[in-house]
Amino acid sequence: MELLLVVLIGALYASGVYLILRRSMVRLLLGIILLGNGTNILIFLLGTITKGKPPVMAADMSVFTDIYADPIPQALILTAIVISFGLTSFAIVLLKRVYALLGTDDLDTLNTPQEEDV
Amino acid sequence: MLLIILLGLITSCLLVPLGKYFRSGRSVFLSLLPAGLFAYFASHLSHIGAGNIIYESNKWVPSLGINLDFRLDGLSLLFSLLITGIGTLIFIYASSYLKGHQYLDRFYGYLCLFMSAMLGVVLSDNILLLFTFWELTSISSFFLIGFNNDSTVSRKSALTALGVTGLGGFFLLAGMIMIGEIAGTYTIRELVTSTAIIREHQLYPVVLGLVFMGAFTKSAQFPFHFWLPGAMKAPTPVSAYLHSATMVKAGIFLLARFTPILGGTPEWSYTLMIVGGITMLYAGVHSLFRTDLKGVLAYSTIAVLGVLTFLIGLGTKEALIAASTFIIAHALYKASLFLVTGIIDHQTGTRELTQLSGLRKVLFPVFIAGTLAALSSAGLPLSFGFIGKDLIYEATLAAGPQLAVLLTIVAVSANIGLVAAGFMAGIKPFIGNLPAQLEKVKMPSAAIWLPPLVLGILGFVLGSLPGIVGDYIISPTVQVLSVEAVEFKLKIWHGFNTVLLLSATTIIAGTIVYFFNKPAISKTVFLERFNRYTPHYFFEMSWGAFKRFSSWYTDFMHNGYLRSYLIRIIVFAEILLVYELIRGGPIHIDYSKLIPISIHEGVNVLILLGALYLTVTTTSRLTAVVGTSIIGYAICLMFVFYSAPDLAITQFTIDTLTVVLFVFVLFNLPSFLVIPNSNKSIIVRDGLVAGSFGIILSLTAIKVLQVPTEKGISEFYGEFAYSLARGKNVVNIVLVDFRGFDTMFEIVVLSISALGVYSLIKLKLKTSEKE
Repeated sequence: MELLLVVLIGALYASGVYLILRRSMVRLLLGIILLGNGTNILIFLLGTITKGKPPVMAADMSVFTDIYADPIPQALILTAIVISFGLTSFAIVLLKRVYALLGTDDLDTLNTPQEEDV
Repeated sequence: MLLIILLGLITSCLLVPLGKYFRSGRSVFLSLLPAGLFAYFASHLSHIGAGNIIYESNKWVPSLGINLDFRLDGLSLLFSLLITGIGTLIFIYASSYLKGHQYLDRFYGYLCLFMSAMLGVVLSDNILLLFTFWELTSISSFFLIGFNNDSTVSRKSALTALGVTGLGGFFLLAGMIMIGEIAGTYTIRELVTSTAIIREHQLYPVVLGLVFMGAFTKSAQFPFHFWLPGAMKAPTPVSAYLHSATMVKAGIFLLARFTPILGGTPEWSYTLMIVGGITMLYAGVHSLFRTDLKGVLAYSTIAVLGVLTFLIGLGTKEALIAASTFIIAHALYKASLFLVTGIIDHQTGTRELTQLSGLRKVLFPVFIAGTLAALSSAGLPLSFGFIGKDLIYEATLAAGPQLAVLLTIVAVSANIGLVAAGFMAGIKPFIGNLPAQLEKVKMPSAAIWLPPLVLGILGFVLGSLPGIVGDYIISPTVQVLSVEAVEFKLKIWHGFNTVLLLSATTIIAGTIVYFFNKPAISKTVFLERFNRYTPHYFFEMSWGAFKRFSSWYTDFMHNGYLRSYLIRIIVFAEILLVYELIRGGPIHIDYSKLIPISIHEGVNVLILLGALYLTVTTTSRLTAVVGTSIIGYAICLMFVFYSAPDLAITQFTIDTLTVVLFVFVLFNLPSFLVIPNSNKSIIVRDGLVAGSFGIILSLTAIKVLQVPTEKGISEFYGEFAYSLARGKNVVNIVLVDFRGFDTMFEIVVLSISALGVYSLIKLKLKTSEKE
């Protein structure tokens, strides 16, 4: 299963990078979301992947008796998801504002180009 | 002593708010500052003259070895007296010379700052402190050279001077640090006792080269001499003060200061003698071809600096005596000549030798001052210059059988040039017939002609009574330089000997050269043909090339397109990652440790990949957003499979919210995100960059699997989640308890973002702002 995740990480990163290199601002934003997802899975892979053993103690226990999934990557990812939501939501609203002002989501209209398209 | 040094600095700071009171003739009262300092240093004459050294130490940055350590010994006293003494006269002179200038207060501010920095250089006992003041002199001199900042040439000269001296400063700092690291101390007092360690260290030649770079750039030695003639764009008081009497001698001071620490080796002696020799011959000849009075003086100053470097390189007792004496002699007559030139320029409006003659009829006291200085520069008996010149010949003659003849010939030829240059600058403009257009030249006020006259007379007073200078200043200086007591007396008359013969020869030959070398524009023009082969030309070329390279590089890197910045960052990251992957050795996969794939997991991944393909390729915004949300939900499912219930809940919530927000925005946007004329080759290039980035990240992830995970912290959390924090969900406990502060700040970030979102939605733009 880990190998499948590895492939998934590569795919998410590749799509993310491809999208942030586009001229469209919506695609740029989607690219950032995909890169975030890829990173989350990469962090998840850092801790050993465990099936069906969440890091939650049984109701009548005060210590773990069985193996359990690594809680640290989970805590990190949880933070990352929430923060990236902060970023995404702000970016989405900003996008709306830019569109309202300029009537386009082409990044190149935001600057005064000096050279031909690179 | 700290206060004494900082007085100038404090004054210049005070001049910022109080400057408006000193823009008029009142500025002459500022000369009380250098005069007071001069009196302070003069009061130490008898104590220091007896061979004592005064130390003072204050803590500054002890952990780096930088302390406000000061020392007042013979060498420092010699320079301090020059700086404050000539400074007093310059301060008086400038108040008349720049009368009515709207920024006169700023001028005095820079001048005070410079004086402070210069005193710091000569009084420091810590080499890093010395370096700090050294840089300060470069900076204050930059402001002074560029004082007429509405002139392009002036600004350019200031930049060149700062460029050359600043470059030397870098080298010097490196040299100082190396000395400190080798010897284990930055204090000059302690360095003098560990000279053997430094001289025998394998890095000694490097240290020497670095220190020389600093000294040569500052003291305008060949091939770095070209900034000094350029610096003559400064107002004349600055040229007289900085570029003849004090700042350019800082390099000489540095060499003298390091003589007991680094000197005495063949590398030291031969480098200094060769560089000094070339400089004095080159500049001595050059000075004769100039027709601008200040140009003549600039080149003759460079020649003198060459002589001083040469003498310090020679390093014998006689040479050190000669060097210390010559520093004083030169400061007296050269400052005087500069001030005379300034008066001529100020009153007639020109400095062209070809246009000036007969001025004695209208500027008689100035003529006296100029003549006295020129005679001292020529080394006529009874002038202090005579004693200086005598000592130089004594030093070269005593240099040992093989060298004596060669060195003496070099010294005599350079001095012949100096004699002629002195006559050209000090006497030439005053003799002959007074042209009609100069008849109306008026006598300036006494404040402007007294300083050069005082200097000129002083040259002869000291020349007649050399014993005073010899006992109180030269002897303790030489004692510091050679680290031993030296017995000698400066005398006017040495009897009929070779030295006297050489002196006479020099004066006669110099006079002959003066009479045969008529200043003419044609000579300057002739010299300009060789401009392509001068170090200055080379400097200008490299400067220009550097600027062109910088602007090309900036244009290349900073073209204004987000995606081209991104592509450079990503490609660079790829290169680094590939390097690390190669360095990390081959990749193994241990199949036995992997978890087998179940059907629902496989299907989930397939859905995810499908959604990903859809997101990237679609031309519809809505489809792309739906694709992204499918990806999010698939990841959410994955978290469910692999024991991360908290993550699954969060991902689900956040993903839903994001989609809602997106759709809310999309409501106002047209449905397609087609960018016209998307170039095929650009798509291929981006695809390649993105694809390789994905592959590299996948390989990195496989590498991650190979490395056993460190479980210590996780186990700590697992073990103490209940006993310390009374919680059974470890992820939850980590977030709200063990790492509670992190979570708090995360909430702050989210709140800020929420505020931003809210205000962006609520913000109503006026129609005028909508383009």
